[in-house]
Amino acid sequence: MNIELRDPNIIMKLSRLGSFHQSRLSFLRSFLNEFKDWDYKRDLFDLDKDGFGTAVYSFKKKSRVYSLICYANKINDDERSDRVIATKWDAAFTLHDGVPLKEDIERLRNEVPKQEVGRLSYKELTLSRANKSVRVFDHVVENLSNGSQPNLDLLEKVGYLYRTTAVYGSGKFGLADRFRIKNREEINGPFRLEMMLVYLVRQFTFDQVNHVAKNRNPKSAVKLDPKICRNLGIGNSTGLGMAPFIVNHPTLLNNWILSREVALKKIREIKIAETKDISLFKECVKNSLKNITSWNTESEYQLKKIKLLLKDVRKFINFLENEFDFKKDYPFNEIYLWLEKETCEECIEYIVSIMMEPFGEIVQPLISQMSSEEEKYFNIPTERNVEDLKKILENKYSDILKIDFNKEDSNQKFWFISKNKEEPRLANRFEESGADLEQPLAIARDIKKLYERLLSLKNNLKINQFLIDNSDLRHVVRRAFIIENFPYSEIQDNTIGENIVPIDMLRLKLSFFGALKFDPRSDKWLRICMFQGAPLPNELKDYDEQWVYKTFS
Amino acid sequence: MKSLSEIETTVKRASRAAGYSWGIAEEVGKSIRLSELFGFPGIKHLNQYYQNKKKENFDDIKLINKINKSNGLSFCPITLGVNFIDQIKNIETLKKCSVDKLAFPLLLLPFLSRGSEIIGKKLLFSFDDSQFLLNFNVSISSNFWNKEPPILANQVEISFLNNEDNFSDNDWNNLYKLAEDTFVEETDSLKEGAAGAGLTDND
Repeated sequence: MNIELRDPNIIMKLSRLGSFHQSRLSFLRSFLNEFKDWDYKRDLFDLDKDGFGTAVYSFKKKSRVYSLICYANKINDDERSDRVIATKWDAAFTLHDGVPLKEDIERLRNEVPKQEVGRLSYKELTLSRANKSVRVFDHVVENLSNGSQPNLDLLEKVGYLYRTTAVYGSGKFGLADRFRIKNREEINGPFRLEMMLVYLVRQFTFDQVNHVAKNRNPKSAVKLDPKICRNLGIGNSTGLGMAPFIVNHPTLLNNWILSREVALKKIREIKIAETKDISLFKECVKNSLKNITSWNTESEYQLKKIKLLLKDVRKFINFLENEFDFKKDYPFNEIYLWLEKETCEECIEYIVSIMMEPFGEIVQPLISQMSSEEEKYFNIPTERNVEDLKKILENKYSDILKIDFNKEDSNQKFWFISKNKEEPRLANRFEESGADLEQPLAIARDIKKLYERLLSLKNNLKINQFLIDNSDLRHVVRRAFIIENFPYSEIQDNTIGENIVPIDMLRLKLSFFGALKFDPRSDKWLRICMFQGAPLPNELKDYDEQWVYKTFS
Repeated sequence: MKSLSEIETTVKRASRAAGYSWGIAEEVGKSIRLSELFGFPGIKHLNQYYQNKKKENFDDIKLINKINKSNGLSFCPITLGVNFIDQIKNIETLKKCSVDKLAFPLLLLPFLSRGSEIIGKKLLFSFDDSQFLLNFNVSISSNFWNKEPPILANQVEISFLNNEDNFSDNDWNNLYKLAEDTFVEETDSLKEGAAGAGLTDND
């Protein structure tokens, strides 16, 4: 039985992309799998009694070493902000390539805490900063120093001791360019070193809280229970900075989504499911209910989605238990078709993610295909002609060509870069100034404009001739020839329309990171939790791959 | 040190601000990144060009011919570079082309390098007493080193080189003969038993 890949015109709509969930393909899970047999070590832990100072953690295998350097600094409460306008943080981090020398640690001490205004070198791979959840951190210190474990309800509600507010890589602020490391075997998936940084930061937060508690009351202090540690992750506040990324990296986006789609296709093509795979699938679905019921948010938008998800997952469990027969041929295809018919987008994508759990042999080979050599696809095939280009637009952007951009609501927003923080922003073009400096992120509008311009031209006109007088549309001509070969490279929606929900774009990317518990704080930023439930570094050599579904169990 | 990623992003934005479309700005970002990677002063030269562009007008070559003469104004190296890449399959048939009065000729270099990769041929770029051999966008050989980049070349020439060996048959044969000294002379028994396949193969 040959199952077709799902239609990009459905999957690449923002509401669907904004319903994606983490899976075995997610980068934090593939990072753990890749580094599980590396040697983990805390190389330096030089903090004062209040937890301020320097620490170094490393992963080592043969001659390769990656070291996280942590700088924990004292800041005042009124200086602590998750907004990108902040200039001070409770802790700042960089992942160094190799073993840092004393000179490196000193050099970086002056740069890393400054973040965007500091300068890193080619020896540093990623950069980040994080703030304490003061409420949780203080509570944990208080309890540990008095010899007791913290209140689990509070910990479960927040989920972390620290939250990062940015994680940078790939050449930002002088960091190493990707080309320097891309051929390393262990970096064969996207964002692997960013994941390593966040994972080691998580361990630092546990070590720091234990250290402060111990110093506060050396005689009676106890350590944070490793089981509680495991159920804490690292929080993250994410704003619009992530949104342009998925537009600006079309082949990379394609490779992420295509991997997910190929995995689903192959699972749906399994004729007879084995008992152990059926059991694992059912177990994950049932255990995952806890992830939904412990998903806290005040966002009405998200609360509605969670409520619907919970209702539909319960309905699905009932269907599995009482109606469905796994002895049928192609059982996962039957399940998928039922989901499409009976449940919401959020639930469909939730269960699609869980379907991958029993099938490591299908998922694992796809992980190495999730990066992209983007340079290879940059040149425009200018010997092609107008007819070719028109056909591509008609076939690949059919819904976008139906949008009427003469209507104000189709054209309401514009993306720009803030001069103050060099960060992407979204504003109403009819109410704010700055639309003349619009970023090229209105792909749907420009594709439509390209199509309309092509209609009046001769079919055999070469693209190199077309571009001579139409250079304003060059960026979308390039994209059209990319989508011809990369069907999931484009969001099939209007990114400047009145009804755009920008957090759908963030959610898509964060789900591939492996984030849990999306908590929108507005339509433009959200909080998430990473690595909650994940094994601790000293447990990596033998861990349960389905840890995501065993949080607080 | 600035990373190549920072260079590409900043050049792209600066090029847009200098009046080019986003699509052209992307091309300039990619090209200046290459220029710096190959060790040529792309940032310095581009910065000078954009400063001059505020005070001076430049001409655009749209369709590139065998001989491209100026009407007085110097030609813009960016539009020439982008159109060169776009039209390279047509220009290749000309085997050689020349351009009069090219402003900031070094800015054309990375575009030519990319062109060399697209058509799979080496290109020779020359102006004044400087020569550049563009090797499939893998490397650039040049006698231009530690020189101040000119702001104008009165005439530049671009030649498409045929894919030919740059050594003689004699050089090759001598080297090949030496390489044969690593081979073992086969005896009858080695001929019988050392090969993987059978003596006959009628598949």
